[in-house]
Amino acid sequence: MVIGAQKKTYFLMDNLSQHTVIKCQDLSIGYQNKKKTSVIASTINFSITQGTLVALVGSNGIGKSTLLKSLTAMLPTLSGSLQIDATEITAYSALALSNKLSVVLTEAPASKNLTVLELVSLGRQPHTNWMGSLTQNDKDIIQQALEDTDLASLKDKSCFKLSDGQLQRVYIARALAQDTPLIILDEPTTHLDLYHRAAIVKLLKKLTVEKNKTILFSTHEIDLAIQISDKMLVMTPQNIAFDSPCNLIKQGSFDVLFPNEIVVFDKKTGRFSVT
Amino acid sequence: MMLQKIHVRFFILLSLLLVVLVCVNISLGSVDIPALEVFNSIVGASSKSSWDFIITNYRLPKAITAIIAGGGLAISGLLMQTLFRNPLAGPFVLGLSSGASLGVAILILGAGAISGVFSSFLLGPWSLVIASALGSFIVLLALLAVTLKVKDTMAILIIGLMFGSLTGAVVAVLSYFSDAEQLQQFVFWSFGSLGNQTWQGIVIISLCFFIGLLLSVYSAKSLNALLLGENYAKSMGLKIKKNMLVIILATSILAGGITAFVGPIAFIGLAVPHLTRQFIKTSNHFVLIPAVALSGAILMLVCDTIAQLPGTVYTLPINAITSLVGAPVVIWLLVRKRKLIF
Repeated sequence: MVIGAQKKTYFLMDNLSQHTVIKCQDLSIGYQNKKKTSVIASTINFSITQGTLVALVGSNGIGKSTLLKSLTAMLPTLSGSLQIDATEITAYSALALSNKLSVVLTEAPASKNLTVLELVSLGRQPHTNWMGSLTQNDKDIIQQALEDTDLASLKDKSCFKLSDGQLQRVYIARALAQDTPLIILDEPTTHLDLYHRAAIVKLLKKLTVEKNKTILFSTHEIDLAIQISDKMLVMTPQNIAFDSPCNLIKQGSFDVLFPNEIVVFDKKTGRFSVT
Repeated sequence: MMLQKIHVRFFILLSLLLVVLVCVNISLGSVDIPALEVFNSIVGASSKSSWDFIITNYRLPKAITAIIAGGGLAISGLLMQTLFRNPLAGPFVLGLSSGASLGVAILILGAGAISGVFSSFLLGPWSLVIASALGSFIVLLALLAVTLKVKDTMAILIIGLMFGSLTGAVVAVLSYFSDAEQLQQFVFWSFGSLGNQTWQGIVIISLCFFIGLLLSVYSAKSLNALLLGENYAKSMGLKIKKNMLVIILATSILAGGITAFVGPIAFIGLAVPHLTRQFIKTSNHFVLIPAVALSGAILMLVCDTIAQLPGTVYTLPINAITSLVGAPVVIWLLVRKRKLIF
């Protein structure tokens, strides 16, 4: 009896900290204009709990960016339900959503002349007045974001002088400064060498563990993602699988990720190899 | 992003430079007036009435027009560079001035078709402003509509140039069918001139300038967000359509209103924001807008001082001087930095 009761309380507490941040039910995504609707993916079902690192993988052109655009409200969904923090995404105003969700996009910022500090400070925009003036609290959060991403020493440098790896960290710092529970990143590891790819993914992992952030990122680094992420979304033409990397390997989700003739997935090592 | 000490010092320096240049600009011309007399006359304690007359009726209005035109065009250039994410954007390059020209051409040359009382009513200063601002507003809207479809910044420049050619062609057709007197009026307008402004005209452009300035300052936070691009700006809670409309409105009031009175003036809008960025290391529009306005006013005063050829009775078209000064500046910046950034 006693053991059972304890188990139950444990379960409840676990449930509290495992608060659901994103929930998709029968979601269809794609592009729609007056003439026609092109569905990119349908019957998408998954829910992500707070503090998890989720990697989205799939081959080129499968619709990873479309999915991320839909999840960040840059693209309207076609049908089904998409909830952020138990509220439909369409019910949020732009400002309210910017308090829940921050993004790191593949597109480079329009201006290259911003300093690191200026760019990261822009992340505070949803929280500042019409003049964008920063309070001490804002400054503390910006400083913390710079420290978390190891950028404090570079803060007065102009962005056009930074390397790709440093720039990626700056974009992540800006998202951190926006201070949202959920961060969505579109291919944060492209153009980086192995060392910096690993560094970025480790940074994301650290943020989920230490800051309890929920992070969803798309990537082509399947090996890295299998090793580090808590959950993975695997997009194939047939469906979108969502589970922990180990379960996905067991289910053979990675075997159908690419056409089999050139690369095959080795379940033992968790890596792809060229045939 | 607070005002830093270095910015404050920069603003004090610019303001002092502006005051000195106003005195120099007023004192030089076909008749040289000692700088001290200029000061006395403005304060209202002048000794010589002919100097007093020249100053209050010719030189002071011209200096004020130069300050407002330079400042306003520079701000509109800054807004367009951020809005179109393009370092080469400016009211002249993107065809805003051509749009304003078209508006004015239709008004001046078209008014010939309707003779009598109605045409003199049409040619009042307010209708000139409205026609010109409307012309540049339409060009801007068309440009923005294209920008939403075409994401290539190079394409926007080309489209701006095409709009320039198109409006130029329409103006050519209009001038072909109009009589000599109206044509002359239009040609003089298109040379650009800071002089011969009535005090009423100055009140109107000042009004355009302050409305444009207010709208720009109101938009400064969104302009800062737009430095990251539209998608980032949206993700930070910006109501993108509304804010872009306010920015476009500010730009067309500034560029259109000023062009209506002083004619199309090249290079101030394009070059001044880049020059300012050389001296002030920030991308914050709350600092850049006043800095660019001051620098624009200063450069315009310098150009005007050169244009009136001190010591002679000749005055060169101001548009020629701004191009002579502005084009080398842009080339020099490009060569030195290898690329223009904003």
